[in-house]
Amino acid sequence: MTVIKTKVGRRSFLKTSAAAGGGMLIGFSWLTSCSSLEDGADELAVPKEWFEINGYIKIGDTGMVTIYSPNPEIGQNVMTSMPMIVAEELDVPWKHVVVEQGALDEDAFKNPQFAGGSLSIMYGWEPLRMAGAAGKYMLLEAAAKEWGVASSDLVASQGVIKEVNGSRSIGYGEIASKAVGIEVPEKLELKEPKDYTLIGTSQKNVEGSKVVTGKPLFGIDFKREGMMLAMIEHPPAFGMKVKDFNVAEIKAMSGVKDAFIIDTTIPDPAWADVNAFNHLIAIVGDTTWQLMQAKKALKVNWENESQLENSDMHQQRMIRDLATGTVGGSRKDGNAKAAFAKAEKVIERTYTSPFMAHNTMEPMNFFADVKDNSAELIGPTQMPKMMEDAAAKLLGIPVENISVDMTRIGGGFGRRLYGHFGLEAAAISKKMGAPIKMIYTREDDMTQGTYRPAYRSTYKAGLDKNNNLVAFSVRGVGLPEGPVFPNRFPAGAVDNYLAESIGSKTNVSTGAWRAPRSHFTAGAEQSFLDEVAELAGKDPIDFRLELFDKAISSPVGEKYEYDAERYAGVLKLVKEKANWGTETAGVHRGVAAYFCHNSYVAQVMDVVIENNQPKVKKVWCAVDCGIVINKEGATNIIQGGVVDGIGHSMYSELKFENGASIHKNFNTYKLIRHNQAPEDIEVFFVENEISPTGLGEPGLPPATGALASALYKATGKRLYNQPFSSQPEISLG
Amino acid sequence: MASFELNINGQQKTVDVDPTTPLLWVLRDHLDLVGTKFGCGIAQCGACTVHLNGTAVRSCSLPVSAVTGQAVTTIEGLSEKGDHPVQKAWLEADVPQCGYCQAGQIMSAAALLDNNANPSDQDIDAAMSGNLCRCGTYVRIKKAIKTAAQL
Repeated sequence: MTVIKTKVGRRSFLKTSAAAGGGMLIGFSWLTSCSSLEDGADELAVPKEWFEINGYIKIGDTGMVTIYSPNPEIGQNVMTSMPMIVAEELDVPWKHVVVEQGALDEDAFKNPQFAGGSLSIMYGWEPLRMAGAAGKYMLLEAAAKEWGVASSDLVASQGVIKEVNGSRSIGYGEIASKAVGIEVPEKLELKEPKDYTLIGTSQKNVEGSKVVTGKPLFGIDFKREGMMLAMIEHPPAFGMKVKDFNVAEIKAMSGVKDAFIIDTTIPDPAWADVNAFNHLIAIVGDTTWQLMQAKKALKVNWENESQLENSDMHQQRMIRDLATGTVGGSRKDGNAKAAFAKAEKVIERTYTSPFMAHNTMEPMNFFADVKDNSAELIGPTQMPKMMEDAAAKLLGIPVENISVDMTRIGGGFGRRLYGHFGLEAAAISKKMGAPIKMIYTREDDMTQGTYRPAYRSTYKAGLDKNNNLVAFSVRGVGLPEGPVFPNRFPAGAVDNYLAESIGSKTNVSTGAWRAPRSHFTAGAEQSFLDEVAELAGKDPIDFRLELFDKAISSPVGEKYEYDAERYAGVLKLVKEKANWGTETAGVHRGVAAYFCHNSYVAQVMDVVIENNQPKVKKVWCAVDCGIVINKEGATNIIQGGVVDGIGHSMYSELKFENGASIHKNFNTYKLIRHNQAPEDIEVFFVENEISPTGLGEPGLPPATGALASALYKATGKRLYNQPFSSQPEISLG
Repeated sequence: MASFELNINGQQKTVDVDPTTPLLWVLRDHLDLVGTKFGCGIAQCGACTVHLNGTAVRSCSLPVSAVTGQAVTTIEGLSEKGDHPVQKAWLEADVPQCGYCQAGQIMSAAALLDNNANPSDQDIDAAMSGNLCRCGTYVRIKKAIKTAAQL
């Protein structure tokens, strides 16, 4: 095996990620080469020297190109798709590209380095293309200078520069040394979408071979010489705080180095610093199992700080505040109240959804090595910059002396936007004066909070005698945030429209959970529209398309949030692909469409009854996210969103007693499993040249609505309360 | 503390640990074999799946004292070059999203195919439903298992 040394800090403008191999020897076979394993003959020799072109690109003397992926990889596959964008403009063969996780350095990347809001590709679209185009410009200029010609006489393609009217050619690797430091003009020409040769193709996950062979990629796998392990114990309920514990007994246990209480309170916390439990018991030792035994041996005096809540209380609070709470966001077009009074038919339905946990498969963990005036944090975070800032506040160390490095992340879903676990690791390392890696147990993780809020929304629709939708209202409440998006569909499509969002109160900590608010609202709204269409005697797709027609031809009120043509477009595409309208015996169909995170997704779902239980057989998805970067990766993430949406609306909930979730692990908290997943999910993308938008979240929200409508067809019962599997209308094992 | 002779991926290893220590933590903390993952600690998620004498087991709930002298295979030992049919099929189907559960999925799938060269959908569901994938790659996993069966 050939080994190469990853250059550390050769150029000051690019920090090298310790987590991604800075200073370590890496076997080439396990570099993330984008060429497939079978493709060995085409692999380039390992370069003796690398030349840093800009923050994203270094080129080796053999023509091998390293592209640094700037953003956290949580499974959304940006580690493949972001470098593909760079490689497209650099114009280098993908099989010559090696991808590494970039360090946190927003100045070098000129791009915000986070994984949230399905924004990585949308925000990165320009800086990634510019980085590639700048690299290509520098290489062309270097070759022109070398040959004494104008760069306009040269053309660069697939890693080779050639004379337009001559015979000379030179590879990127041969000229890279001379390209270093060449000034780049403020403006560069980018490719037209029609000229793309890499964007829009299907490329395998660049870390696929590492994943399937069990390489240490994740934060929980990180190890450093001299590192100790640590675990925490947080209060058993929201509203409780640690007073003291049997510290002497714990410290005397085998393998325990120390035990103490940490405080991670920081001044002026930002939104990503949400945390219900700033005072925790920390136990430090040699091995995970010994620490788990020590946790079991804890005898703690907890103090009550505020009310211990339960699920009944939560429901009562939402019912009360839905009726009488203060309205936050709202929109009012026409006069819904008057229109309901005059309507021929009126229908009103209320939908609910419980608190849910993120349950990333990799439990929370982080490595920290805190010294007197510096700190190094390494691990899974979706928001490294905010963790860096928070650590600076906690430790009283200047932020420039703190580094946060990103590992591959075993699931995000919003959970790792919140950096408390990094602060906990830092606080423990500081107290110990040594490097530590802190790990949560599943129970620590599932009971820590940062949950998806619980919601309750009431929808009302009025039809005139011709079955036109003349009035529509939605009023929704959540613990603690209201779920309603006042300017989304059907805003703009109904003459009399009222949308009101209301916040309620809880001491249960909550946070963003894949497609925040949209996951609930899409399910409720789309289920409701299905029922309204039925009341109107209309096909559910035709009913929606009529509304989009109105939003396009005679929009009501102020500008609405969505593009009605693109919204209608995905419905038309899914209608065609699923052969909507054809009836198959024993197959029950539902449809839904939703716009969120700047993308449009429509789904048709087929449910069958097997062994007296409903099962999703097949799903068709039509997606408009603008330009698709990596078709296979994009398909995968939409499929995952569908499974996630079905799973959580069908099975998952957190119930509360005495201030705590009664669900603490996967024996009682239900996640969808293999035998409950659809057999097939087909994904179709609308082809256009619109700048790309997100895919991590938009695949999920429509699934709940399509599922509820298909289950209605299968069982004859409408489902209003999640999780569907615990409703009396359907029986599921 | 007690000393245990283990056979891991065809190699003899000796560890000095508390006899109740689950195999998972012996692999991860003592032998630096971190491909086997911690997910739940109660044999509900399958992230820690390894082979014990060729059978898929949950290493988080298997004390080290119960595996002495028996053949343990982890993801690191499934193949020398990462070219086990299941691994190849996984790459071909581009299965992973976050990737955290996949070592466990692959170990369960490899054990299934060892015992049943041509599993039906029901066989796959039965063998794989103990392995959670939070990203929802189930459709691709099923496809990859069917591909691997043909390799």
